[in-house]
Amino acid sequence: MIAAALSSLWSYWRRNPLQLATMIGGLALATALWSGVQALNTEARASYDAAAAVVGEGRYDQLVPRAGETLDEATYLALRRAGWQVSPVLVGSLDLGEVALHLTGVDPLTLPAGAGAAGQVAAVPLAQFLAGEVMLAHPADLAQFGTAQSIDLIASPAITQGMALADIGAAQRLLGQAGAISRLVVAPDQPLGRPPLAEVAPELLLQPAQGGSDTAQLTDSFHLNLTAFGILSFAVGIFIVYGAVGLAFEQRRAMIRALRTMGLSMRFVVVLLGAEIAVISLVSGAIGVVLGYLLAASLLPDVAATLRGLYGAQVAGTLQLHPSWWLSSLGIALLGGILAAASAIWRMSRLPLRAGRDPQVWAMQSARGQRLQLVLGLALLVLSGGFVVAGGSLLAGFARVAALLLGAALLLPPLLEVALHVAQRRARSVTAEWFWADTRQQLPRLGLALMALLLAITANIGVSTMVSSFRLTFIGFLDQRLIAEVYVSAETDAQSAAIEALADDGITVLPLLSVETRIGPQKVDLYGARVAPVYEQYWQFLAQDGDVWSRVAAGEAAIINEQFARRAGLWPGDSIPISPTVTLPIAGVVGDYGNPLGQVIIGEELFITLFPETRARQFGLIGGGADALMARLEAEAGFDPAQMIDQTALKAASLEVFERTFTVTSALNVLTLAVAGAAILMSLLTLASMRVPQLASVWALGVTRHRLGQLELARAVALAVLTLLFALPLGLALAYLLLAVINVEAFGWKLPMYLFPADYARLAVASIGAAALAALVPALRLARTPPARFLQVFANET
Amino acid sequence: MLLKIENLTKSYSGPDGRVPVLQGISLSLDAGETLALTGESGSGKSTLLHLIGGLDHADGGRILVGGQEVTALDDAGRAALRRGMVGLIFQQFNLIPSLTVRDNIRFQARLAGREDPAWAAALTDALGLTEQLTKYPEDLSGGQQQRVAIARTIAARPALILADEPTGNLDEDTADRVMDQLTRLVDEAGATLVLVTHSSALASRMARQCHLSHGRLS
Repeated sequence: MIAAALSSLWSYWRRNPLQLATMIGGLALATALWSGVQALNTEARASYDAAAAVVGEGRYDQLVPRAGETLDEATYLALRRAGWQVSPVLVGSLDLGEVALHLTGVDPLTLPAGAGAAGQVAAVPLAQFLAGEVMLAHPADLAQFGTAQSIDLIASPAITQGMALADIGAAQRLLGQAGAISRLVVAPDQPLGRPPLAEVAPELLLQPAQGGSDTAQLTDSFHLNLTAFGILSFAVGIFIVYGAVGLAFEQRRAMIRALRTMGLSMRFVVVLLGAEIAVISLVSGAIGVVLGYLLAASLLPDVAATLRGLYGAQVAGTLQLHPSWWLSSLGIALLGGILAAASAIWRMSRLPLRAGRDPQVWAMQSARGQRLQLVLGLALLVLSGGFVVAGGSLLAGFARVAALLLGAALLLPPLLEVALHVAQRRARSVTAEWFWADTRQQLPRLGLALMALLLAITANIGVSTMVSSFRLTFIGFLDQRLIAEVYVSAETDAQSAAIEALADDGITVLPLLSVETRIGPQKVDLYGARVAPVYEQYWQFLAQDGDVWSRVAAGEAAIINEQFARRAGLWPGDSIPISPTVTLPIAGVVGDYGNPLGQVIIGEELFITLFPETRARQFGLIGGGADALMARLEAEAGFDPAQMIDQTALKAASLEVFERTFTVTSALNVLTLAVAGAAILMSLLTLASMRVPQLASVWALGVTRHRLGQLELARAVALAVLTLLFALPLGLALAYLLLAVINVEAFGWKLPMYLFPADYARLAVASIGAAALAALVPALRLARTPPARFLQVFANET
Repeated sequence: MLLKIENLTKSYSGPDGRVPVLQGISLSLDAGETLALTGESGSGKSTLLHLIGGLDHADGGRILVGGQEVTALDDAGRAALRRGMVGLIFQQFNLIPSLTVRDNIRFQARLAGREDPAWAAALTDALGLTEQLTKYPEDLSGGQQQRVAIARTIAARPALILADEPTGNLDEDTADRVMDQLTRLVDEAGATLVLVTHSSALASRMARQCHLSHGRLS
């Protein structure tokens, strides 16, 4: 019985391979986009965790310097003598020419056994490791390393690509940081009665263990962005499947009724239909996993570049096939298939045995259903506004975006219905009147595909507006920040002195003094600025109090960047503790779009007083022209050209990082639009067979097949144009949310919003083109429909 | 002479090769004449109607409607013929579900460029559809839908009306009433009617009757 029933159900798909392809294609695309994004996230997180696990970051408490990037060995020894069970770690970038390795130096004798490095070191002879004779690196990195370094390399697949592990002594030697320690890992078991930290090493700060690594937390917002795109793409794909399943079930009503009249219970039929969906979903999911892997593999280099450029996070350049990833992808495909089919199965289960109304009529949404959709859509829009009140977090921001997009998508069909109704009323010719009326009738069936198109266009407008606004702001920011003609790195005190001496010749010398420190719970970069007229000329403040630069130069006030201001809720008039003894009022808040970290700027003299051990190694120079300055430094002070960079090159490099940052977003945008185009194509193709009876009537009344084909094409274009008109304000609303809410929560900065009509015009052409392209095949098929096909409609007349 | 058919042949391909449906049909009708076409299922009645209406191609022979040779027309020419001279009434009504009753009735007349609101109103009234004008076809009974189909056809004032089992889907009483209205209105419009039917009672209402058997007229 099961075999007979299954065979009859399967016979439908055999006779309608296009619908089957639609279902599998839609679900596979949805799964691919979702799983591709998940693969990228999983890979990046695995890299952070692997990197963090080397020294147990996040798992153990750590001691870090309150100011500066390193602590000295004397402090470490003092703590050990006082009974503190701590282990030194040094991290740094080992320059290998074109590439760099993230080198971690550890002391395996004192490192807690649970730290990842302890296990990795155990695999090599300890004596060799301690003697600094060997270093562990990923096998793929061995070739990069070459033979120039005075250390043997051992391949270890357990090490993340792009990273290396050595004894701390060897790391200090390789990194040129003799005696330096980045931080101390605190063992979980400490002796009782040891003296408090403030007594032994007041310059250190205890950083408690956290759930994840710093990097993982820092990049959370980026991954949340990717996940949001993944969900959006998945939703677009599910729209396709929903439409295909609904149609397939509707067209099988007669078959289901026949099966029931022949003695199969409804429960049994529902189980069979569920099993059928499960099998199709799993097959689609498997295809989606493969596509998702290919997608992720092609996008990973750009994601890695983004994470490195924005956050300094190292991500392996190759993709691993984690079982959890492909299993979850299959799971999401199954869930998507069941979700898409649930309402169709439910409706089918309530189908009476007697014959129902005309399928086309049954397919049309009831007025009640449309009213419900309208109310739900409006409620979601109100909810989207309501989150402003609930406010406050990145998740709330994304909830606003989700409510806005979903609410607008639900409102689309009722609004289109109104627009089409108006068009029908205003139509002058009879063909036009029929065209609009017929389009209205197709709306319920095309609604889902149009919602998908709406979401795709909206996402494109929103994200492109955000990116372009960001780009304009970022370029302005670079012009403001990169005010020197040449930036020079000094390697020795003598070189620093040579640069300072240039001031005697009227050249403005701007030393870049900085330390990493903490203000309250926040990690910030503290800068000492030598106040020069160019700062007053170029820097613009988002908020200021009085003569900012004079107050900073006098050591009486500080400048902070926007992300720090927003996170800490500090604005001009408030004060911040710069050190245990110095607290300064905030004189200005400046926009900063280069990194998500907080920054504080104080006057140079005050900085030197507070951090006398910090020397400026980087300088900005103004006066005389970049080429002349660089030639002079090379000739008179022996600077290597690699130590100098002119502003133009630096700006170009910064812009390149910026552009790559958004490559992934742009790629996902294009894919989402392509999926929406596919949704329209599939909807039109599946609708084509249902519409033959109506078109046959019109054809019989004297409208040619050619004209019907033209109208079919015009219908897709008209609907795309109407959807576009709706998507434009919606996209701008989305852009506002991204710029003013999501960016603030994710990165800490609020960006001004600019409009880009030329971009929107290009997008309009692309969207309408996608819709027209999708309608081209159905239109051509209609224009070439053999009259015999139409005549079949009238074949039961006698 | 409004309709002239000469030696018309038509066959379809079947599993065992070509199957002849019409074998040398010849027929002529004057303007205002009515003709009943009867015959068994599969005898070719609908095929003949479709060929006259330009819905299908003949294999051989000629059809002239109002002096226009239908068999020589291309796709667009046949469409123009249907718009201008021919009205088709089907058993399944074939109304346009997206248009209201009023718009369905106006549809063909507007396509033909012969919209006459007074004539349409008179038809609507005569067929008892005045109360139904703002409804959609799905809201009507079968008899009401067929009356809309009749009104749609006659409102366009076609010279030739081809009705294919117009009451096949209706009960006997309703069928009688619909046929009364159809014949009366056709008469008022001065149109020529070719009616395909299984019913000898309906056939007897037409001025002429032809029986189609094995592709030949008798």
